[in-house]
Amino acid sequence: MIDLQGYGPRLLEGALVTVELAVLSLILAVVLGLLTASAKLSRNRLIHGIGTLYTTLVRGVPDLVLMMLLFYGGQIGINMLTDQLYYAFDIDIFINVDAFVAGVITIGLIFGAYMGETFRGAFQSVEEGQMEAARAYGMSPLLAFRRVRFPLMMRHALPGIGNNWMVLLKTTALVSIIGLTDMVRVAAEATKATHEPFLFMLPVAGIYLLIASLSEWGFAKLSKRYSTGFGEASEWTN
Amino acid sequence: MAATPIPLEAKGIKKRFGDHEVLKGISLQAQKGDVITLIGASGSGKSTFLRCMNLLEQPDEGELIVHNETIGFRATKHGREPADWKQVERIRAKLSMVFQNFNLWSHMTLLENVIEAPVNVLKKPKKQAIEEARALLDRVGLLERADYFPTQMSGGQQQRGAIARALAMDPEVMLFDEPTSALDPELVGDVLKVMRDLADEGRTMILVTHEIAFARDVSSQVIYLHQGVVEEVGAPADVLDNPRSERLRQFLAPKH
Repeated sequence: MIDLQGYGPRLLEGALVTVELAVLSLILAVVLGLLTASAKLSRNRLIHGIGTLYTTLVRGVPDLVLMMLLFYGGQIGINMLTDQLYYAFDIDIFINVDAFVAGVITIGLIFGAYMGETFRGAFQSVEEGQMEAARAYGMSPLLAFRRVRFPLMMRHALPGIGNNWMVLLKTTALVSIIGLTDMVRVAAEATKATHEPFLFMLPVAGIYLLIASLSEWGFAKLSKRYSTGFGEASEWTN
Repeated sequence: MAATPIPLEAKGIKKRFGDHEVLKGISLQAQKGDVITLIGASGSGKSTFLRCMNLLEQPDEGELIVHNETIGFRATKHGREPADWKQVERIRAKLSMVFQNFNLWSHMTLLENVIEAPVNVLKKPKKQAIEEARALLDRVGLLERADYFPTQMSGGQQQRGAIARALAMDPEVMLFDEPTSALDPELVGDVLKVMRDLADEGRTMILVTHEIAFARDVSSQVIYLHQGVVEEVGAPADVLDNPRSERLRQFLAPKH
């Protein structure tokens, strides 16, 4: 057994932080992505503009810069706000930007923009007739989305979502810079103390690989599920 | 008030797309058991008119009354819109539409397609919906295809399946939008046979079609549209066998 010189449990805790951070960011990114795709397909100019501004900004600025801006800039902004509250209403509060929350928000925001593009293409891939039938049979917009558009678009969206997820998973390593103790940070600290980079970085690489492989398997399952009804055409027609 | 409510009435329907006025004030009244056929060249507005009836297109002017319920509209800066979309959804559930391209939901089996709206829109118990759906599929000759997906069926089968889906709503009126136009000629007969059955059992139907012979057989009324105007209307024997206008005569003349 490899001797992790007492860093084993901390490394596992770090791995857990990585997974939590990645999963929560993914959820936020999917929600933001669906909203962005709807916004960019909206006929309302203002809503369309907001969607475009968001994706342009986020995709054009490095992830790390955005993360620093949100983490430090966010703290400064909140401090200014609480100062104002103190001077104006004599309310004395202090809000500390939590590194984990900041991490989820930043990564969610970044990947929401990429998901938005993925979902936009997927929305458009759904034949208009499918939604028209949903409307014609009395479905409300929400029901039509849930029963028809969403399951149909997932077939097209899943490869993109899977791809974004893989990149997102690795992007979580950036949070060690804003002070969050994920597994990369634990490994970096251990390396500094012991001068044994391979001893710590190789297990970290292995854990990322393991998570990635598990995800691939999961996405393949999902992809199969959302492909029902497609692809067997030639076998059965007539 | 009449003893039986009129299933569907449209009064003075107007519709424009940009500068082009597609419908210039068209009216229609479908009594119970009526089969009304809309004919006309492409671009005459017949499909648009049909789509106005279940508000897939919003008529700019005119009135729609379904089973004594008048659809409310309000003016917006983008033109007229239904005042209450919940009302529109309720009315649409009473007017099942059969589309030219079938539009069966491709991620669902045939049976799932047929029970989808009864279960999720009409809130029928699933078990009951499945029983009824199987009876309807049997009726259109597709019971053994219940678990097939639309891509695994021919166009004619898909369209008969779509008719079963429409029947499952137990609709007040059935709307058929060129139901056989996308089919290979040898598949048209089966679909028309199902539709003839429906006409015979007294279903109220409004139909856009190019099948003139079929229209002559089953219609109680034929409406000939030309450039958004009703040019001739009446019993099929009058309109189709003794057309008054030269234009309709030419439209009906066998093409070479």
